Amino acid sequence: MNPFSSGTRLRDMIRAIRACKTAAEERAVVRKECAAIRASINENDQEYRHRNLAKLMFIHMLGYPTHFGQMECLKLIASAGFPEKRIGYLGLMLLLDERQEVLMLVTNSLKQDLNHTNQYIVGLALCALGNICSAEMARDLAPEVERLLQFRDPNIRKKAALCSIRIIKKVPDLAENFINPAAALLKEKHHGVLITGVQLCTDLCKVSSEALEHFRKKCTEVLVKTLKDVANSPYAPEYDVGGITDPFLHIRLLRFLRVLGQGDADASDSMNDILAQVATKTESNKNAGNAILYECVETIMSIEDNGGLRVLAINILGRFLSNRDNNIRYVALNMLMKAISVDAQAVQRHRATILECVKDSDASIRKRALELVYLLINESNVKPLTKELIDYLEVSDQEFKGDLTAKICSIVEKFSPEKIWYIDQMLKVLSEAGNFVKDEVCHALIVVMSNAPDLHGYTVRALYKAFQASSEQESLVRVAVWCIGEYGDMLVKNVGMLDVEDPITVTESDAVDVAEITIKRHTSDLTTKAMALIALLKLSSRFPSCSERIRDIIVQQKGSLVLELQQRSLEFNSILEKHRNIRSALVERMPVLDEATFSGRRAGSVPTTLSPSTMASVKVPNGVVKPAAAPLVDLLDLTSDDAPAPSSSSGDFLNDILGVDLSPASAHSGASQAAKNGTDVLMDILSLGTPPAQSSSSTPDIFSLSQNQKSPVASLDGLSTSSPVSAHAASPQAASSIIDLLDGLGPSPPAPENNGPAYPSVVAFESSSLRVMFDFSKSPGNPQITVIKATFTNLSSNIYADFVFQAAVPKFLQLHLDPASGNTLPASSSGTVTQTLRVTNSQHGKKSLVMRIRIAYKINGKDVLEEGQINNFPREL
Amino acid sequence: MIHFVLLISRQGKVRLTKWYSPYSQKERTKVIREISGLMLHRGPKLCNFVEWGGLKVVYKRYASLYFCMCIDPEDNELETLEVIHHFVEILDRYFGSVSEQLYFLNLAYYILDELVIAGEIQESSKKTVARLISAQDSLVEAAKEEASSISNIIAQATK
Repeated sequence: MNPFSSGTRLRDMIRAIRACKTAAEERAVVRKECAAIRASINENDQEYRHRNLAKLMFIHMLGYPTHFGQMECLKLIASAGFPEKRIGYLGLMLLLDERQEVLMLVTNSLKQDLNHTNQYIVGLALCALGNICSAEMARDLAPEVERLLQFRDPNIRKKAALCSIRIIKKVPDLAENFINPAAALLKEKHHGVLITGVQLCTDLCKVSSEALEHFRKKCTEVLVKTLKDVANSPYAPEYDVGGITDPFLHIRLLRFLRVLGQGDADASDSMNDILAQVATKTESNKNAGNAILYECVETIMSIEDNGGLRVLAINILGRFLSNRDNNIRYVALNMLMKAISVDAQAVQRHRATILECVKDSDASIRKRALELVYLLINESNVKPLTKELIDYLEVSDQEFKGDLTAKICSIVEKFSPEKIWYIDQMLKVLSEAGNFVKDEVCHALIVVMSNAPDLHGYTVRALYKAFQASSEQESLVRVAVWCIGEYGDMLVKNVGMLDVEDPITVTESDAVDVAEITIKRHTSDLTTKAMALIALLKLSSRFPSCSERIRDIIVQQKGSLVLELQQRSLEFNSILEKHRNIRSALVERMPVLDEATFSGRRAGSVPTTLSPSTMASVKVPNGVVKPAAAPLVDLLDLTSDDAPAPSSSSGDFLNDILGVDLSPASAHSGASQAAKNGTDVLMDILSLGTPPAQSSSSTPDIFSLSQNQKSPVASLDGLSTSSPVSAHAASPQAASSIIDLLDGLGPSPPAPENNGPAYPSVVAFESSSLRVMFDFSKSPGNPQITVIKATFTNLSSNIYADFVFQAAVPKFLQLHLDPASGNTLPASSSGTVTQTLRVTNSQHGKKSLVMRIRIAYKINGKDVLEEGQINNFPREL
Repeated sequence: MIHFVLLISRQGKVRLTKWYSPYSQKERTKVIREISGLMLHRGPKLCNFVEWGGLKVVYKRYASLYFCMCIDPEDNELETLEVIHHFVEILDRYFGSVSEQLYFLNLAYYILDELVIAGEIQESSKKTVARLISAQDSLVEAAKEEASSISNIIAQATK
């Protein structure tokens, strides 16, 4: 016999473990015990199997691994005696769950025990099966359980009923087998069988509509009668809980009636009387009675409409809500959430009480109440309710502030009747709990501010005041710094004063102070500091008198350890020092942020055009500051050395850079197309850090970017006053002007026409409605490659929409098509679409080019298809 | 349905766990830690419900023991309180009084198994539960006696 296992009894082991002072000590005791148990198992020690398993269960409960005991459970279950089986099944349920493969080994023992002559052993098997059976076991043993639903002893029938619930949850297909035996249970008198039977039927309805129909037709009457009997039964000591006979049965019957009554007027009708009786007669001074009332209210709310009953139910909830017991108030709030969809008016009547619950000392109740208030808010009551919530924000617990702030922000955004109210409320929230406000909420606020031009002055002043009052709220600081950067001049000059405002005197240096404080504070994070830096740059042009001071602050950041700040500081410094003439244009106020694009972005859809405004608006959600100015600055820094700026207005300036950047890159063939593709392509390239004069290798990048765009032309509108066509026309001049700007830094733009022989343009295709011109150029290094610029001209008087050009070549040629400059061709030769093709001729010098083309477009929504073959290429291509 | 039942002492020691939904050993430890943290830190006058991970935990303190059951959000919280009380009363009747020392014994599990299967309550009569438990206990006693009498016989025979 093992000397260890015989030594400690279960009780001694527990005492030893409990006496442990440290976790390490406990682990040591457990390790010793486990070793002893394993040794005992290995010796196949019959006598102590029982005790070992009991010890293992205790060890398992403490969270130690006990898998080595699993096989012991199976052995105990397989032994003949009741005591062994009892502890074996207990161990099985505790040490294993449905996901362990070992469990399958027990299926056979279970099957035998389900057919055992001793009803207690049958009971053990049913209990184990009900608690941990897997889908396979459910399938294998369902017939046994089904048979046991008609067993002579009621205690087995009730266990079989609960076991069936587990089976049909695991394998819903088996539900129909259980419908009839389950219905038979509803006629029983034994409470245990009734409770479990009703529960089984309820769960059957959840998985099978056939069961629902069956029970609705056959059993509604029986159930109503049973509930009547239970509700009216005289005092029954065995089932009595606080003066009520069997509340568990009450509740299960009510719940089943709810399932049957939902969506069926006849069934609902037949239960009206008994529901009214339960709702009025049940004593509500004990928890058991309230539990029944609670269930009854839910049933009344869920079944088909009966006005009188609903009034009764809402009244019960009103009573619950004013109860002193926190549990009762909690369930009342819970149920009122469901009642809103039934009778919002009735719930609104309790608004004041619910609002009080938001301020309760109990976190569970507060949370429920806040959810409920959120549902109660509409256009008419948003102002007073929001005021209450914001007032409470001041005094609420720290851990509740997050939830509360999120809800308030969502309410304000959803229901704000006017912009000034929205801004006011958000400022209050930011001042109170700015650290809990999410980035996208701040960003939404900035979008709204930007869209309210008449409130700019008011907003910036209010933010200035709020900043002075509570500068430790990160989000508030960010918004304030942004606004002061944009609208700093309005702050100082008191522009757009509203009647409600008190005038304040802010000097220019006060405004700069805000940014300086922010940038120097240790608690500010990178985003905030970067925003402050940009604000300073903007202020430098708004307040010329402070520009020296601003430069000093910016220069200090040169030493920042954060790369982003250091780089920006260097760039901004060079703007201030070397580019005074363009500075004011660079730091102009941001264009109005597009609300629609923003809300679309929030909804998760990717906008099809990256217009300049969204480009700028990326910054807050990403937490990375990429203001509109930054990419330009990148560009400028590379081209510095006091280059003369070509123009003073920001739009033209950008346009010029655009022409410059692209004309050397895409040369003759793609210039106009890229120009039309708009500034954001440029911005993308720039923000990627690609130097602007990268010669022709950047061409594919530009085009691959522009492929993603559905309406490339539109994006330029905001910036350029000239039409796309004129931009194209202007590009050569622009190119020359930027060469000055580049000042020799970039390679002089190669003029492709000058490299290699020139080829005559050909009319590749001409029909009554369409002409296609091909211009050719060769890349100087590789004679096999020909770049073809196809120009499409519309000869008819209709606009061609969805214009698509396709081409095919024989095998010795390789063809690459770049995207077209547009997909709409204006009528009567008033505009063109161009597209670049690159052909590689592997048989250069032996064979000349040949191509098949297909052109598809739509005239007034009608598809047109044109096809042709091009044989008139110049021979030497 | 009840997803699990926990008995935790005021010091945070686990006294009984019973799982009706599958949780791995790791998850179980995590669940116990989270819930005991939530439960033990609540004041005495607050409501007995805590929302936890999309489910609801209904708990009640008896002497120095917290009884806790985790239910679906649409279940009846007040009824679950009654179930807990029901369980406690049966334990009381069996053990004399709620005494923490005894709860680790297998008997508490046996009683729970007579009360709840598959996360649903099976018996509303305390008397029936007590009768079933004592019937099974006497079966165990009988088996023991039989075993000892056999060993006596063997012992006498081999003398």
